[in-house]
Amino acid sequence: MEMINLTIDGIPVRVAKGATVMEAAKTIGIDIPALCYLKDVNEVGACRICVVEVERARSLQASCVLPAAEGMVVHTESPSVIAARKEILRLILDNHPNDCLTCDKAGECKLQEYAYRYDVKFREHDGDRKTARIDTSNPYIYRDDSKCILCGRCVSICGQIQERSILGFGNRGFTTHIIADNEKALGESACVSCGRCISVCPVGALLDNRIIGKARAWEAQKEEVKCKRCDYGCDFELLKKDDKVVGVRAKAPGGGRPLCLKGKLSLDLLYTNSPSAPLIKKDGEYTEVTWAEALEMEDLLKKLGQSNNL
Amino acid sequence: MVNLTINGIQFQAETGLTILQAARTQGIYIPTLCHDERLVAHGACRICVVEVKGARALMPSCSTPAAEGMVIETQSPTVVEARKEILRLMIENHPLDCLTCEKSGNCTLQNLCYEYDIKEGGFNGKKKNYPIDDSNPFFTYDPNKCILCGRCVRVDNELQCTGAINFIERGFNTHVGVAGDREFDNSVCVSCGNCVSVCPVGALMQKQPEKFRYWDIEKVRTTCSYCGVGCQMDLLVKNNKVVGVEPVDMEPNNGLLCVKGKFGYKFLNHPDRLRTPLIRKDGVLKEASWDEAMNLIASKIKDFKKESGPEAFGALSSARCTNEENYLMQKLFRAVIGTNNVDHCARL
Amino acid sequence: MTNGINELLGSDVILVIGSNTTENHPVIGSKIRQALKLGTKLIVADPRKIELSNDADTYLQIRPGTNIALVNAMMHVILKEGLENKEFIKERTENFEKLEDAVKDFTPEKAAEICEVDPEDIRKAARLYAKAERGSIVYCMGITQHTSGTNNVMSMANLAMLCGQIGRESTGVNPLRGQNNVQGACDMGALPGTYTGYQPVIKPEVAEKFAKAWGVEELSLKAGRTVSDMLNAAAHGDIKMLYIMGENPMISDPDLTHVKHALEHTEFLVVQDIFLTETAELADVVLPAAAFAEKDGTFSNTERRVQRVRKAIDAPGLAKADWVILMELMNKLGYSKTYNNPSEIFEEIASLTPSYAGIDYARLEEKGIQWPCPNKEHPGTSYLHKGVFARGKGMFMGIDYKYPAEMPDEEYPMTLTTGRVLYQYHTRTMTGKVEGLNKKVPESYVEINPDTASKLGIGNGDKVKVSSRRGTITVKAKVSDIVEESVVFIPFHFAEGAANMLTNAALDPGCKIPEYKVCAVNLEKAV
Repeated sequence: MEMINLTIDGIPVRVAKGATVMEAAKTIGIDIPALCYLKDVNEVGACRICVVEVERARSLQASCVLPAAEGMVVHTESPSVIAARKEILRLILDNHPNDCLTCDKAGECKLQEYAYRYDVKFREHDGDRKTARIDTSNPYIYRDDSKCILCGRCVSICGQIQERSILGFGNRGFTTHIIADNEKALGESACVSCGRCISVCPVGALLDNRIIGKARAWEAQKEEVKCKRCDYGCDFELLKKDDKVVGVRAKAPGGGRPLCLKGKLSLDLLYTNSPSAPLIKKDGEYTEVTWAEALEMEDLLKKLGQSNNL
Repeated sequence: MVNLTINGIQFQAETGLTILQAARTQGIYIPTLCHDERLVAHGACRICVVEVKGARALMPSCSTPAAEGMVIETQSPTVVEARKEILRLMIENHPLDCLTCEKSGNCTLQNLCYEYDIKEGGFNGKKKNYPIDDSNPFFTYDPNKCILCGRCVRVDNELQCTGAINFIERGFNTHVGVAGDREFDNSVCVSCGNCVSVCPVGALMQKQPEKFRYWDIEKVRTTCSYCGVGCQMDLLVKNNKVVGVEPVDMEPNNGLLCVKGKFGYKFLNHPDRLRTPLIRKDGVLKEASWDEAMNLIASKIKDFKKESGPEAFGALSSARCTNEENYLMQKLFRAVIGTNNVDHCARL
Repeated sequence: MTNGINELLGSDVILVIGSNTTENHPVIGSKIRQALKLGTKLIVADPRKIELSNDADTYLQIRPGTNIALVNAMMHVILKEGLENKEFIKERTENFEKLEDAVKDFTPEKAAEICEVDPEDIRKAARLYAKAERGSIVYCMGITQHTSGTNNVMSMANLAMLCGQIGRESTGVNPLRGQNNVQGACDMGALPGTYTGYQPVIKPEVAEKFAKAWGVEELSLKAGRTVSDMLNAAAHGDIKMLYIMGENPMISDPDLTHVKHALEHTEFLVVQDIFLTETAELADVVLPAAAFAEKDGTFSNTERRVQRVRKAIDAPGLAKADWVILMELMNKLGYSKTYNNPSEIFEEIASLTPSYAGIDYARLEEKGIQWPCPNKEHPGTSYLHKGVFARGKGMFMGIDYKYPAEMPDEEYPMTLTTGRVLYQYHTRTMTGKVEGLNKKVPESYVEINPDTASKLGIGNGDKVKVSSRRGTITVKAKVSDIVEESVVFIPFHFAEGAANMLTNAALDPGCKIPEYKVCAVNLEKAV
């Protein structure tokens, strides 16, 4: 394998050819902030929070898409890098609601993490703000457009499964926002509520609706479980508070694991202490159904009920 | 015993308990802010109010004695609305900076606002605007975040008994401060940090050269390494570093610490810590491997023992080391070398 | 301590003598002040107007080194006024006549002259303590660090027994241990004369028990040398090798010129510590050790409570926990016993130490246990001497007052006393590395009474030359009426302006403690 030698923050690093500067930095324990970047899913260099200073380069470079090159000398926290990151964060915050007080994402929010890291606070300004556009039409996915930072992770991950590919970017400039099926409410779109988008959203724009208000990120103990509904074996997390399971949420899908609503519901039933009733779309409307129906197990249960020998 | 009914659950509670204490015996949760079991009940914040059947007003459960036959609701709509209103009033006059507030994740006000879904005050009233006092080397005081629960004042006056801080002025201008509205460092404050440990919000905060968020830390319970009191404390650990210390409410210290216990941990990751063995060569201490150092010591011990016998050895053990280490030290000298020349600085 | 710390809250009179509790044991200081809020009365005897003196019902600003005179006079008053606990004396003590003899002529007036206090205050203190339902004595190094240290300690016992103020809840005699694990180090046999649990090395049956448990042929029946003895022996070439673990005698021991001479004359000096201390700088081999947060173990606090220490972080670089280093050295010397973790060492300790027999790590998981704890079901012991003393009957001692080894004279007209301050700890190995603490108390200083200062032309903050027969240091003046005109105080923590350049290495004949608390010095403004 061809190897590349470079220097990051004064430390010599040796990585395989093809690695990005961000990946190279990670090998020596340097954590470069990333908002839009998600390995193998969203590698677009859009948010610019990951910019670094490369000696002899004309401008700051997005480290998530910058291939490490022989002899490169990189600074990941130089004054100009920090100034750029602060500015990016300020601009994002200028158009983001100040509600970490009660936001369910608080404690796991990347925007909050980096604002804290670079000490950037909300500021008063007279400029335009996105209006709150909360979409609760899908009982499983809570969508708050005003918190969206347009990183595009949700669009990419939704698009990874061809027959889904519901989410996309709509409009341009200041009014750019994420749309479902050409400006439909999520509940009216063809969305199958697999929850892939929720699992990758870095902020509080997409949340698992069935967990909202149940526990703060820092007070919930987490336990990993695997879904056994099919051979993909998707990864889920049980959220526990005071030794009770208050919710089940999907972890990021990862290679070849699609995530699906049926899997999530079956884990919800299996583990949650008092799970909310399942809802299934019938004739375009979400309707409360029995667990057996939601999990498509009515026929199996019937058969099992008829013959105790099975 | 008294007979009580709380949220429809009938039970007997010991006489002399408050409603809050009685509820807790049954695992019934009532939120609190200014309450601290160790302190005289204060009834200031009113967040713990409950509905007592027949009473004219909502009662603060932390300071109302549980009386025979009481029928109590802790989560009725009136109670919940009262708590929401209290939270609205508090958050109205509190900076909304959970984004970067160091207390976030460990803030009672934040937790209660989440629990009762209070996003803002919505009154558009006057806001506090006090200067931040960062005169003390160990902590800062931001009166603008203070909710006047009085825990700091009461811990200082009732438990620590230093009497450095108190309530100053009245009404909207009420604030906590040191006598004469001076800075902390210019007062009788002994920097024990016990006020910081009990502050439920981000008003009194440790100065944090190591930034950390509460959700990123692990707590490890241990015993303080300074004086002989043996205070119980939790070390807050992030990325293999101790970034803070919190007292534990158990014997012997019952939630108190002193300045050394609370803030004196930063020697741990000081750059001058010894990181390798050193051996004197040509008059100078030089870095060496463990093998070199241990082989040298072992060979010297064997030589001196042969030449001069076991009484030529002496060991100073340590009142700073653990029991197990002191035990091994005297065992090494008594059993392996053969002398009772073992002592430590008990007298110093 | 004969009693648990929180028992102080139940005492109705507390006598604090030779302890600056709020600075040196701050949390116990707070507990004492909590007790005062509950109505407890407080007597304070100390050469300095310490914080607690402001809270005291009776405050006696005694001259350094006059504890016995004070206590003898208190006992004189108690006997004269018939306030002694006759039943306790009869049932539980012996040798009472010796005490009566010793204090018969020790009137408050006589003591007042020695201690330089008002005789009426001695009477008040005596009555207050004697009449208490539950009286507690709290003392510290102000009692022990004298050539009369042993006698001082016995005087405390005399006073308590005379009034029956021992062996009950909230009633006893409570020496405060200065460092986190002095109690434990003593319990563990890090003393020249005893194995764990104070089992004497000179007793053949004890030595046999340990030899068997440790798998060695025999153990020395000869009591070893104390710290001071070892240093003297090293200076004379009788000790060839010193192994110092986590101690810094180059700051903490008296007469530092002598200490340095002794350590430099030690043929082979090993120092094991977390920093390159003043002592380690003189070593032939320095071993890097783990600090408290980097290892597992137990400490025993001043109320005999054995509590867990837990590893939170890794030690820096190649540093190792002290127990690992010691075990590896034993192994290297051919003693093959190994331990996987400190809990295995603790099991061995418990198996050899009756007072620790019932304690193990599983029991300590939740909370600490106060020894004696003889078996696994035993809850531990909050207060000692219930019903009967360890030796059977409590023995009164007749103790006469003796002057300190060095008294002021024309050449050295002032009395120096030393001690600690809130913001520093011992030799500053740890606190010296904490920025905020050093901001609070950055350097050594000498407390001088305003009258004395003005006589000598010294202003607050001036540099002052302080000399004794052993050395001279230059420190800043802190002019304050915390001390009387003839007394000065210097904290001993600092290497620059080290109080122990001045202190007298004269030892108590019994326990070999140096007289840190009294020596004669001269002061002059430095130019």
